[in-house]
Amino acid sequence: METKPRLLTVLDTVTVIMLLLATAMVFFYAPMEATMGQVQRVFYFHVAAGWVGMVSFLVAAISGVAYLITSDHKWDTAGLSAVEIGIAFAFINIVTGSIWARPIWNTWWTWDPRLTTATVMELIYLAYLMLRSGIEDPDRRARFGAVYAIVGFVSVPLTFFSARLFRTIHPVVIGSNDPGAEGTFDMTTRMLQTFLFSLLTFTFIFADLLWHRIRIGRLADRVEQLRLKTMQ
Amino acid sequence: MIEVRKLVKRFGLKTVLRGLNFHVEPGEFVALLGPNGAGKTTFLRILASLSRPTLGDVRISGYHLPAQAAAVRSRLGVVSHQPLLYGDLTAEENLQFYGRMYGVPELPRRIDQVLELVGLAPRRRDLVRTFSRGMQQRLAIGRAVLHDPDVMLFDEPHTGLDQDASAMLDSVLQEVAARGRTVVMTSHDLSRAADLASRFDILSRGVITASVQRADIEINQLLGFYRHATQEA
Amino acid sequence: MKPETQLATSFPKTSARRPGFAFFQSLGAVVWKDLAAELRSRELLSAMLVFALLVILIFNFALDLEPRLRLPVTPGVLWVTFAFAGTLGLNRSMAIEKDRGCLDGLLLAPVDRSAIYFGKAIGNLIFMLLVEIIVLPIYSVLYNLNLFNPGLLLVTLLGSIGYVVVGTLLSTMAVQARTRDILLPILLFPVVLPVILGAVKGSAGFLNGLEMLEIWPWINLLVAYDIIFLAIAFMVFDFVVEE
Repeated sequence: METKPRLLTVLDTVTVIMLLLATAMVFFYAPMEATMGQVQRVFYFHVAAGWVGMVSFLVAAISGVAYLITSDHKWDTAGLSAVEIGIAFAFINIVTGSIWARPIWNTWWTWDPRLTTATVMELIYLAYLMLRSGIEDPDRRARFGAVYAIVGFVSVPLTFFSARLFRTIHPVVIGSNDPGAEGTFDMTTRMLQTFLFSLLTFTFIFADLLWHRIRIGRLADRVEQLRLKTMQ
Repeated sequence: MIEVRKLVKRFGLKTVLRGLNFHVEPGEFVALLGPNGAGKTTFLRILASLSRPTLGDVRISGYHLPAQAAAVRSRLGVVSHQPLLYGDLTAEENLQFYGRMYGVPELPRRIDQVLELVGLAPRRRDLVRTFSRGMQQRLAIGRAVLHDPDVMLFDEPHTGLDQDASAMLDSVLQEVAARGRTVVMTSHDLSRAADLASRFDILSRGVITASVQRADIEINQLLGFYRHATQEA
Repeated sequence: MKPETQLATSFPKTSARRPGFAFFQSLGAVVWKDLAAELRSRELLSAMLVFALLVILIFNFALDLEPRLRLPVTPGVLWVTFAFAGTLGLNRSMAIEKDRGCLDGLLLAPVDRSAIYFGKAIGNLIFMLLVEIIVLPIYSVLYNLNLFNPGLLLVTLLGSIGYVVVGTLLSTMAVQARTRDILLPILLFPVVLPVILGAVKGSAGFLNGLEMLEIWPWINLLVAYDIIFLAIAFMVFDFVVEE
């Protein structure tokens, strides 16, 4: 059995420290925003989570292409892992976005382009899992997953453009502010630092989780292999 | 004609074919026998270019599978236990469709020939979904020989047929083989296979465990031979 | 039965075909086959049509609109209808191949896989267009609106192409899964949103007599989507049918 690599343990520790640090920065280092108040602090993790969601998607699509080219099973595990992580973070993105939106725009939801695209991405992730669960043959499952990851990934920018087009031609004003303008507050230096650090932290979290998940996938395969051996 | 060396086929972590070796000379009629789950259908699908080998070397008429699969396909005729026919089309239309897919020249004349061969000329304008299973199988054979392949693969063609239909099928199979084609037929039914084949191979647990020429064995010894070849190692 | 040996002794081989010709001949054969079979049974078209009309009926009662409010919702209602009826058609078209093992029959033929894909896609497109051609006049009559706007028809065509291009690819996958029927809409709808949005907005633009300047972006979006996904489907289809 593979033992847990030293580097992974180091990464775990570093990631946990960064997360604690980032949380501290969000609450104590970053100043309070003038118009929105405390709830604005959600922004740091909200965008970071969204960022991880998109990175996951990219990793899943690239793994898909790699799998189709090489037929190496490890790319399939990587793609599946990326999707699972992406589902979680896209969800965090949507929920924190909602939490932020409520006091500011007086609504839980708005069909602004970014939120719409995040939701669509989440749905594609879930569809990916449903596709996989309906297929018995592991090779076919991997191939179909790869194809759908690619198709999904290419469609997301198009969805974003179409949603944005929809907004510019038919602007929707909800509440007192224009919901589409996430940058309506100017970031001071400290805010910028907190923001960038949050982004970095979440990227580390992504890498850490991905590595763990891929390891779990490989171990599960190994177990399955041994199980089949004993049956024959 | 057919040359298979060390063929391995895995589905995920499950290995179905384990280093199978198989060699067929032009004109031979090989009955491939074996218990359920031995890998007969999987093997036939690989020969038919519908499935890719995981490892190993497969050649038909000198062409390598899967790399040169496209060249092999025009020389292959395949009959599986599903008829591969469109129920809402007539017998004639089914043959027209496949004829176009294979680029068969002088198609109308060829269709006439084939319908005569399988004894379905009177039913040519009838919808395939009105055909009995036996008639569908015969039409399926017609579809498979339409483009005059060198190699024919039959996957348990007698499945679901009654005595009369089976007998009709056998005479068609004999005609088809008489043309000098190379045939590989998988079967459960030892007695049927015995009448048709020139050679018997046993596939058990992912490899060919035995092979014997028809001339070298008595029909009543066949069952014993089969049992012996499929026993626990 | 005459023995084959007594008939044609030498028979010209199929490998005499040029690859380009083979591609179009087999593509045409697949389209012809789908149309001929459908003409006989009319199962697919009748299912799609009845479904589409039922959906429109439900909308009528659910939305219960005064005449002047009908125009704004028309593109949306139409495209929801087309999307759902389209799913029926896509599912059924592939199920026919899968159920009798006919997909193997197609794959055994010495032709490029993409010929099969394009053949099925064109067949699916024809069915979808047929449904639309029937639904549009009926809707016009029921709601007293003139839908015979060339711009609207163009947008409907472009949208249908995009829908079918991706739908054919995904239905080929869905039909091989256990959860076949429910899976296709789940896979298809999130990915096909730009098409729906583009088609609805483009149609609305033409119906409301907007400036071409405002409608062009939607048309461009549809064309871009169609081309991009046609290319992707072409590249990826082999992987979806091989074993």
